[in-house]
Amino acid sequence: MSETALSQPQRNIVSRLWNDKETRSVIIQIIAFAAIFALFFYMIRNAVINLEAIGKDIDFAFLTQPASYDIGQTLIEYTSRSSHFTAMIVGIINTLLIAVFGIFLSTILGFTLGVLRLSKNWLTNKLAYVYIEYTRNVPVLLHILLIHGLIVHALPLPKNALNVGDAAFLTNRGFFLPSPQFEFLFWLVLGLFIIGIIFSLWFRSYAKKIQDSTGKYYPVFWISLGAIVGIPLIAYFILGSPIQWQIPELKGFNYKGGMVVRPEFIALWIALSCYTAAFIGEIVRAGITAVSWGQTEASSAFGINRSRTLSLVVIPQALRIIIPPLTSQYLNITKNSSLAIAIGYMDIVATIGGISLNQTGREMECMTIVLLLYLSFSLLISAFMNWYNKRIKLTER
Amino acid sequence: MNNENTSAMNASIKPDYTVGEHPDLPPPSNTVGTIAWVRENLLSSPANIIMTILSIYFLYKVLPPSLNWMFFDAAYVGEDRNACRAVANGACWAFISERFQLFTYGFYPIEHRWRVDLSFVLLVVAVIPILFDKTPYRKYGLIFAMVFPFIAGWLLTGGLGLAPVPTEKFGGFMLTLVVGITGIAFSLPLGILLALGRQSNLPIIKVFCVSFIEFIRGVPLITLLFVASTMLSYFLPPGTNFDLLLRVLIMVTLFSAGYMAEVIRGGLQAIPKGQFEASDAMGLKYWPSMRLIVLPQALKISIPGIVNTFIGLYKDTTLVIIIGLLDPLGIGRASLSDTKWTGLSNEVYLFVALFFFISCFGMSRYSLYLENKLQTEHRK
Repeated sequence: MSETALSQPQRNIVSRLWNDKETRSVIIQIIAFAAIFALFFYMIRNAVINLEAIGKDIDFAFLTQPASYDIGQTLIEYTSRSSHFTAMIVGIINTLLIAVFGIFLSTILGFTLGVLRLSKNWLTNKLAYVYIEYTRNVPVLLHILLIHGLIVHALPLPKNALNVGDAAFLTNRGFFLPSPQFEFLFWLVLGLFIIGIIFSLWFRSYAKKIQDSTGKYYPVFWISLGAIVGIPLIAYFILGSPIQWQIPELKGFNYKGGMVVRPEFIALWIALSCYTAAFIGEIVRAGITAVSWGQTEASSAFGINRSRTLSLVVIPQALRIIIPPLTSQYLNITKNSSLAIAIGYMDIVATIGGISLNQTGREMECMTIVLLLYLSFSLLISAFMNWYNKRIKLTER
Repeated sequence: MNNENTSAMNASIKPDYTVGEHPDLPPPSNTVGTIAWVRENLLSSPANIIMTILSIYFLYKVLPPSLNWMFFDAAYVGEDRNACRAVANGACWAFISERFQLFTYGFYPIEHRWRVDLSFVLLVVAVIPILFDKTPYRKYGLIFAMVFPFIAGWLLTGGLGLAPVPTEKFGGFMLTLVVGITGIAFSLPLGILLALGRQSNLPIIKVFCVSFIEFIRGVPLITLLFVASTMLSYFLPPGTNFDLLLRVLIMVTLFSAGYMAEVIRGGLQAIPKGQFEASDAMGLKYWPSMRLIVLPQALKISIPGIVNTFIGLYKDTTLVIIIGLLDPLGIGRASLSDTKWTGLSNEVYLFVALFFFISCFGMSRYSLYLENKLQTEHRK
């Protein structure tokens, strides 16, 4: 026994340091840091040598040069003489556009699917199941190409377009819709709409305060709906419908006037929404089934009726489970919209990371911009999600 | 008089059971059988009836035309598109059967295709012992599965006595399997390491793992593939010519490792703190405690997530067409530009969709089986 105790200090210093937990962790971290640093240094050194060998530098000045390519769908002023920077902005707007529209449609479809999956009706339940399994197990790129193919091949030429009520025309060159022309009085309606939103936000907290102190219950949902939708709608008709619709007309081989939604946008929108809806449907179903049946029973034991049980007991608890994966599905839509490049919808990847990159040959700069843009979207959404999670977290002991 | 009568009647029909022990009567006829099932599941309430009618209407509208197009009105043989159209109005499957070899092997040289077949057979041999723990000689099977990726790599690319085949010739379902299985095999261990790093007490390791995971999860795979195809060569020593397929494999593996890490982190966080404390109390060091106590439990919880990541990775292999590799989708799109077969995109996409559906649905069923098998808690 004493022999081992004596020999302990004589063991070499390295093994002594290694066997101490604190020093060992410091040593491991120094080694890891050095290794990562060396790797980065090595890669950057290679990049410098390689760029020098072909006489390139890193320079973002190309962003101000004319892009000299056309973009089918733009929401802002853009011609082929605009700069690469403007092209990039168009790409960003197109990505955000598809993301917002996709999030909207997929949420509606997804919640419907989730409810159908919980339906007691065997047939509906199984139909929803088949849809979800088919959609989830086939790559999203395939959905996009399939729907794009259907739109381009199955819809007629502008000559014999699918006529929807003499106002909208569906063709394989895009959907031609009437475009609104806002008159002055319309802005009044818009003003009422915004006031309605502000009012219902205030009313919600007011009703909660009243309910907390007196127990009196106001139908917040219906009053808010009236304030946000009802009053502006009445005002709209009283003011004599202050929107003129410009209806597209067939001139030559194509429709003129009105607004056109490109087939690429529609294909991407439908495909991404249907694909993501299948995932959201499963999330919703899991969220609602996760709320234990005892909660519903307890609520009816209190004498709370069925619809209030749903809105006050089940849904708030289910939402706590549903929201985090739902946000990551929203993020997925945004990221999957980058597949637009396969069918020629001009988003971030197709503009700055695609045509601009090929024209200028500035891979480093373009890819850096694309990566940073997507990273900032993701970090923004995650930051929001963390904030929300903290807000709805159950306060425990 | 009356009394006598009843007792006489009672005596005449003598019960064949002892009093108080009447055998169970059959359930009322309207609560069992098909009719009861229909009443319960399709017609229980007005809303339910409406749903049933809507569903049947939907099926009536969708099912007959699709079936007609797919099977009854379809042409199965034919020289080209016009020959198909002459026979039938529906799908033209002749196209698929003519190009089937291309869809399977891509442009892999015909005289070497036995190597692809052999690799596939070996793949089945390697996978069975992993999937089912009752396989005989499982221990040797697992050892074989460990060396299988290297054997397959050697068989497919050649060298060491086999004629080399450049990876540009890879294509079709074979390419999907190569990318998918390599990604699956390497992303799980990498994901476990990243997850452990993220939960680690060492700040530098933790910061590195967190930033890697967040970066990977923050950008779409397609941009990473673009980085691999355009930018990566700048960061390598001058003159290195790095195979495009290998670059794609590395990117796909890193990408799904980032997602895997988050799934496994979820599992790690679900382990009660007492488990970590207990393994400390047993005097286990970090790695033994992870290997013997924490990871087996964490991985078991995360099985559904892990399999979902695998399925996602497998589906994402289709993105390689955007940087010019020819997976089945790429082969299909290339074939569509052949004037003989132009305009048959629906057939191609549905055929490829069927392939992906079978593989991915199979994986998700297996994950359910595994969950049930590993369930050790009491069922409700």
